[in-house]
Amino acid sequence: MNDEPLWASESFWKKVAIWVTAGSFLILVVLTMDSLSQTSAGGKRVQAYSVINKKIDYQYQEKLHKSIPVIGGDEFLFGQQFSEEEARQLVDLGKKTSQAKNCMNCHTLLGNGAYYAPDLTKAWLDKGWIGTDVREDLMMKFLMDPENNARTYGSNRKMPNLGITEQEAKGLIAFLKWMSSIDTNGFPYNFKTIYAEE
Amino acid sequence: MSAIGLVEKTTAYFKDFKTWVALDSTNLSDGQQLAVKYFTVAVILFVAQILFGLLAATQFIWPGFLFEILDFNVNRMVHINAMIVWMLYGFIGSVYWLLEDESQTEIVGLKLGNIAFWVLTAAVTVVVLVYLLVQIGPGKDSSLWFINEGREYIEAPRWADIGIVVVMLIFFYNVVATFTKGKWSGIAGVLTLDLVALAGLYVAGMFYMTNITHEQYWWWWVIHLWVEATWEVLVGVIMAWSLMKLLGVRRKIVQTWLYIEVALMFGSGILGLGHHYFWIGTPEYWLTIGGFFSALEPIPLVAMVVHAVYDSGSHAFKNGNHPALAWVIAHAFGNFFGAGVWGFMHTLPQINMYTHGTQWSASHGHLAFFGAYATINIAFFYLAIQHWRGGVWMGEGTANAWRWKWAIGLLNVGVLGMTIAMLIAGYEQSFIERAVEGSTWGGYFTAQNHPSFQSAMVWRLLFGVVTAAGLGLLIWDLLTIGKGETRKAKVITQQ
Repeated sequence: MNDEPLWASESFWKKVAIWVTAGSFLILVVLTMDSLSQTSAGGKRVQAYSVINKKIDYQYQEKLHKSIPVIGGDEFLFGQQFSEEEARQLVDLGKKTSQAKNCMNCHTLLGNGAYYAPDLTKAWLDKGWIGTDVREDLMMKFLMDPENNARTYGSNRKMPNLGITEQEAKGLIAFLKWMSSIDTNGFPYNFKTIYAEE
Repeated sequence: MSAIGLVEKTTAYFKDFKTWVALDSTNLSDGQQLAVKYFTVAVILFVAQILFGLLAATQFIWPGFLFEILDFNVNRMVHINAMIVWMLYGFIGSVYWLLEDESQTEIVGLKLGNIAFWVLTAAVTVVVLVYLLVQIGPGKDSSLWFINEGREYIEAPRWADIGIVVVMLIFFYNVVATFTKGKWSGIAGVLTLDLVALAGLYVAGMFYMTNITHEQYWWWWVIHLWVEATWEVLVGVIMAWSLMKLLGVRRKIVQTWLYIEVALMFGSGILGLGHHYFWIGTPEYWLTIGGFFSALEPIPLVAMVVHAVYDSGSHAFKNGNHPALAWVIAHAFGNFFGAGVWGFMHTLPQINMYTHGTQWSASHGHLAFFGAYATINIAFFYLAIQHWRGGVWMGEGTANAWRWKWAIGLLNVGVLGMTIAMLIAGYEQSFIERAVEGSTWGGYFTAQNHPSFQSAMVWRLLFGVVTAAGLGLLIWDLLTIGKGETRKAKVITQQ
């Protein structure tokens, strides 16, 4: 059928399908390589694990209309300074624990997960921990014995006891602190950290 | 009762059940017999999905319900995993079903395919039992290898991942070897390439990483490129074949449409992946790329609606399987509204900034998975059961037709009701938790405690019960429709 218009031709659309798919995938591969290199730990967007030794805060940028992370001076975790490798190991333990305890099927991390419990992206910086002097202690107690240290905010929703050990709890806190320093393009909007004045 | 007594009793019940359903497997080819095994497990998992969904929905209202017995995270994990797996079972079954017909030859390596089915089903059973009985483990690699990986949708432990890949390779071998022995077609080509992508992408989700940005980056490769690209194309293949069988649409038309759909689907869906890269630490250019391409994602779904409705209309809806055609139409619209409209509503970064990680996503998830994938699988179940009964008439004047009509009604109303309830909850969260309170834990709970959120959760549970009733009716209908029917359906040939 030579008089068949191009838009009705099976072989034309077959070629279009192949080229569009291949082209899109190629672009994705290139962007993936760039994104992964821009987001490896130790870069500008995703901090080195040793950032757990530092004070992490956010500053609202009027011009950009979003908050960006500000890494400040020393603010040791558990009164201890960690080398890069020690910090990586502690964060790794926390990350692994968060997966083994299936946190993501109640909470969200970077906004992804389930919606039964609050987002953990900036949990380290949340005002709910009252003050920086009691924060680590409250977090440890909460993680290891959530029932007796429940933070329900009047919702009756409690975190179950997940059998988290002391070392795992420290790992989780390190993981949360490190995660709170990731530059998430301003998400969540209008977040006020524990350091912010009312 | 002794164990032997229990086994005997169960066997007797099973025999009674077989007599009651009165399905004659000699009506099925060897490939189709394997397909219906997949469909049977799919339906069982569908029941599990709804059951655990109801448990999780109940916990939103009474948080003390099953506390520290079956916690929310366990119920929710089984809820979404059962869904992913039953849909995959449905797809695999559908492919085995159409394989012989499409290739015009018998399936190569069917024995291996049967073994793979039993291996996969045994593995799924073990995984679910471990989810329910062991639930969580210490923060070690062994937990991720043997209990669960703690990653939404792909929680299956690593050992099971490897098993899944092996089973997929066998499935892939069946498909490719059969087409090679028989004959290739446009549908066969698209199906094969899509299965390569489907299996290959799964591997991207099989690695542990400390860096959560990298981990979520690859995690989305699996989740997004499965459900918003390769699954959609797979459904396009199944739909193309079904339209030929149900309505007698010409091959040239469905294949041309299929190519157009592939171009649109992959053209928008592959880079549409970017809408998951707005807030996970990835560079800002994803806001532009993800926003733009995901805004295009509804276009192929519109094309699919046009395709299905036009073909149905041009054949005056004449066919001998009304429930299957009704579910195909439900699929076309459900896919467009659930995946297309509900996805588009919150996909642009300007709005997603406030909706990301709220009940908005759950609202979209429910309507999209149901509309795009549950519906087409159910349509295929009806095609299969018709054939299993010996190609009987299932059109106008079918006995007890109220059952399938009420089932499709209840399921659609149930899911739509849940969707709207969660949308209201999502709006409320976006305003109060996000925009006003700035996403603190205090803000989160202020929104959760809000009366409009609370009542939305009650409505969600009620509509969940409606959905469950619809499912119960659907299963009853699937087991009984066409029983005792003597009229044969006209074999539809291409016009």
